[in-house]
Amino acid sequence: MSLTRRNFIKGVIAGGAVSSTAYMFRGALPLLGQTPAPGSVERLITLVVNGQQRRVDVMRQETLAMTLRYKLGLTGTKLGCDRAECGACTVLVDDVPHYSCSVLTHTIRGRRITTIEGLEGAGGELHPIQRAVVDEQGFQCAFCLPGFVMAATGYLKTNPNPTREELAHGVSGNLCRCQDYDKILTALMRGAEYMRRT
Amino acid sequence: MAKLVGQNYTPPDHVAKVTGRARYAEDFRAEGMLFTKLLLSPMPHARVRSIDTSAALALPGVKAILTADDLPDLNGAERALTNEPLYAGEPILAVAAVDELTAAEAVERIQVDLEPLPFVTDPIESLRPGGPNARLEGNAWGPPMPGGGGPGAPAPLQTIKWEAADFGEDEDAGRLPMGKALEEWSYGDLDAGFAAAALILDETFVTQSTAHHPMETRSAMAYWQNGKLFIHASTQSVAQTRGNIARWVGIEPTDVMLICEYTGGGFGSKGGGAVSMSIPALLSKKANAPVMMRITREEESYIGRGRTNLTGRARVGFAKDGRITALDLFIVQDTGAYGPLGDHRSAGLAASLIYQPPAMRWRAVNVLTNTPPRSQQRSPGPMQANGIVEPVITKAAKQLGIDQVQIRRMNSPEGQALFGPVQPNGQRNHVTGAFVKEALDRGAEVFNWEARKARAGQRQGSKVRGVGVTVGPHGAGSIGWDSIMTIRPDGKLYVQSGVGNLGTHSVMDLARVAAEVLDMPWEKVEVIWGDTGKHLPWTCPSVGSQTTHGMTRANMAGAEDARRKLQELVALEMGGSPADYAVGGERVYDRRNPGVGLSFAEAARRAIRRGGKFDGHELPEDINPMTRASATALAGLGLMGVAKDTYPRDGATYGFVIGFAEVEVDIETGGVTLVDFVGVGDVGTVINPRSLVAQIKGGACLGIAHALFQKSVVDPKYGVSLGDRFHYSKPLTILDIPRSMHTEAVGLPDPGTPVGAKGVGEPPVGAGYGAVMNAIADAVGVDVFRRAPVTADIILMSLENGRRMHEPLRAHV
Repeated sequence: MSLTRRNFIKGVIAGGAVSSTAYMFRGALPLLGQTPAPGSVERLITLVVNGQQRRVDVMRQETLAMTLRYKLGLTGTKLGCDRAECGACTVLVDDVPHYSCSVLTHTIRGRRITTIEGLEGAGGELHPIQRAVVDEQGFQCAFCLPGFVMAATGYLKTNPNPTREELAHGVSGNLCRCQDYDKILTALMRGAEYMRRT
Repeated sequence: MAKLVGQNYTPPDHVAKVTGRARYAEDFRAEGMLFTKLLLSPMPHARVRSIDTSAALALPGVKAILTADDLPDLNGAERALTNEPLYAGEPILAVAAVDELTAAEAVERIQVDLEPLPFVTDPIESLRPGGPNARLEGNAWGPPMPGGGGPGAPAPLQTIKWEAADFGEDEDAGRLPMGKALEEWSYGDLDAGFAAAALILDETFVTQSTAHHPMETRSAMAYWQNGKLFIHASTQSVAQTRGNIARWVGIEPTDVMLICEYTGGGFGSKGGGAVSMSIPALLSKKANAPVMMRITREEESYIGRGRTNLTGRARVGFAKDGRITALDLFIVQDTGAYGPLGDHRSAGLAASLIYQPPAMRWRAVNVLTNTPPRSQQRSPGPMQANGIVEPVITKAAKQLGIDQVQIRRMNSPEGQALFGPVQPNGQRNHVTGAFVKEALDRGAEVFNWEARKARAGQRQGSKVRGVGVTVGPHGAGSIGWDSIMTIRPDGKLYVQSGVGNLGTHSVMDLARVAAEVLDMPWEKVEVIWGDTGKHLPWTCPSVGSQTTHGMTRANMAGAEDARRKLQELVALEMGGSPADYAVGGERVYDRRNPGVGLSFAEAARRAIRRGGKFDGHELPEDINPMTRASATALAGLGLMGVAKDTYPRDGATYGFVIGFAEVEVDIETGGVTLVDFVGVGDVGTVINPRSLVAQIKGGACLGIAHALFQKSVVDPKYGVSLGDRFHYSKPLTILDIPRSMHTEAVGLPDPGTPVGAKGVGEPPVGAGYGAVMNAIADAVGVDVFRRAPVTADIILMSLENGRRMHEPLRAHV
């Protein structure tokens, strides 16, 4: 039996193969109707990132996470899954937590974006939640940390005095694989306390 | 030891972590950096007949294509790219282009002609008469080669098929068939043990495979400069990964500059780095430009490693009082497409240790399947042993009317407990120390075991509660590693750390021990880590919970060397003998006349002036060549402490965590809620208390996730993995744990090491796994399940039908 990769793929798809592996077959399926061709048109837009106006050329399929990380050099925002599952890329858009992997940059022109790099005060002093995380040694590998901190920052704007249960729900869109969620929650609760005091 | 060891502190990397300044592999950029995309095999087993790259190369912006033919031969061991994919998702080639979209488009233009080959996804199917082999060379790994063979040693692959008669009755009854084993050991009189038993139970349990899925995938960026490879990558062990990269790329270790200051988790999957690191390294060479390889979450689910799944059958004899009289354990391990791995062996040894059977036999077959490759995953083996044996202990205690804590306590190891088979030296091995009974007693008290036990089993509407306890063991320390530190003219102590910074804080903790020995305030200690260009010592890999034990010993040795040199130096400078001088308060001074002496800063200057051994120009004979090269590079910077750990150790170092869990099961939905969890560690002297309790919680949570949800599913018909997203692999979320968890350690120093500290990362995994499953069994019955995860449908269907309703033997469901 001889077959090319593409023919095999078509056969498998015709045979009702599993959709979860479809990503491997990207070329055989239309991807959101886009042509991911090189030289795809970029357009110049303005974003307000961490209080600064930033002019940036973006492609129409470009996500905010990629713009922040690769065009604006703000690598504090992490990509854990790029599919809106883990929350590592959480940033605030007009104070509301968003998965930046799932926001197309051109859709938020002119909006206020806050990343982990934008939390520190003008003099470099840590934000109360950052201070609390340092005080409680809240995270381990810390790859998920920026997402958790941004999610908590956004949530606490809506509920400044949460119970542990409420805050857990507030950051439940974020995954940690070191999995000491207990200490993460303790650190974020401490952050809420620090914020109420400031 | 008191000032630093055992005290909380803020590790010096924490501000970088909370501000986003901490840079992980994918956060680096280089001028002219290209991006790569991989072409993955859609088939679980195939041979590449030809590859047509012409259309891809014609695409503007495509710079180079790397195939398996460009990689060095690794003597049959796994390579980053292959011409014979052994699992669906295995990378066949990589394209480098000016951007990722172009690279992805180029991948789609490549025609790969694949010849499908037989495949198998279930180890037991491969053992059937006429069953498929996962590899052309065979379907099972034999015992280790005499002398170990070392990395890259030829694989002892063989073909093993069981007889039809081996299946028959056992398989029909849902018991693991026990055909020919490839590995075996035993000790004691097994027959006599079973003859003396008042109760004999014979149970089969299927543990699951799960992807490691660290939050940071194995992305890497590489470039070449002056003939040297610079690579930004993610590893658990900076010092130990350099040599692996060199081997994978085909260059000398001294030509590898590995930068990894922060690692976004590994859990065993990045123990010595990742073979995929060779892709950006060699592509960069071919394209003559830096190459960034961003590994997607989906790709990580294929190449990112998983836990071996073990199907185990345990026949256990119990005396009337609950004492185990004999244990007969048979394991079929699924080691995936590559391997070999030793989880099955570690499982056998762990069972022997924590249940202390006076007679035991262990048999195993280590089978290959065309499923994603495995590696050690946090508690590889002991955790699965908990899964296989715990249901038997729980059931026996119920049948004999013995308390679950008591039956584990009476069978638990104590002191220098023996375990495993007779060694080549004629003796059985023993542990350096075990305080399991103390930890069990403390845990039962903190958990309030008696009160919770009393309310277990009572129905409240559709809810019923249950409690469970498990002793989670794991090896917890190695010996013989090196350290380098310098006291410099600025008066500070610089400690070189070759440990990976994966969040356990051991990368910094080891310097606390050095500072303690030298009575150095922590503010004056600088830890140098994360870059092989910064001259790191020969360091243990951060796997197997060995770092805290191994590297506190090494750093104690280095600090004692520095202290001796300070004393000798001041005696030379100021007269008298070294013993006349003491070290403290950042000075080396005359014991009888403390005003006479040298500050550390002055001693550093004079050490440099004197040279020789004082500043690292003469080095000890017994240190590793890597340490020697690093120390040579650092010579002349100050007074150097450099030493190999030669402290004695009698026995093997093991750590233990006891898990206590209470669950609430809704018997109308099958849903399980974890109500409370307590973990108590027998893990030696505590170096960093806050980090220690975090390790116990995080490790326990991994076990809890394995008990409740986490798994990998493989479609047996097409041989493709269905768990290629976080969503499908079902990791634990913050809503799945109790709103507060308590963990602590008994804090008794390990008698086998001068610092008293041993590892903690892994023992809690089996403790969480076993305790939660035991609690579910306590709530709904000891025969409801014999596989993990214990999902709602298993509970519900089994309760409804009044018998166990799940696949008894099949893997990856």
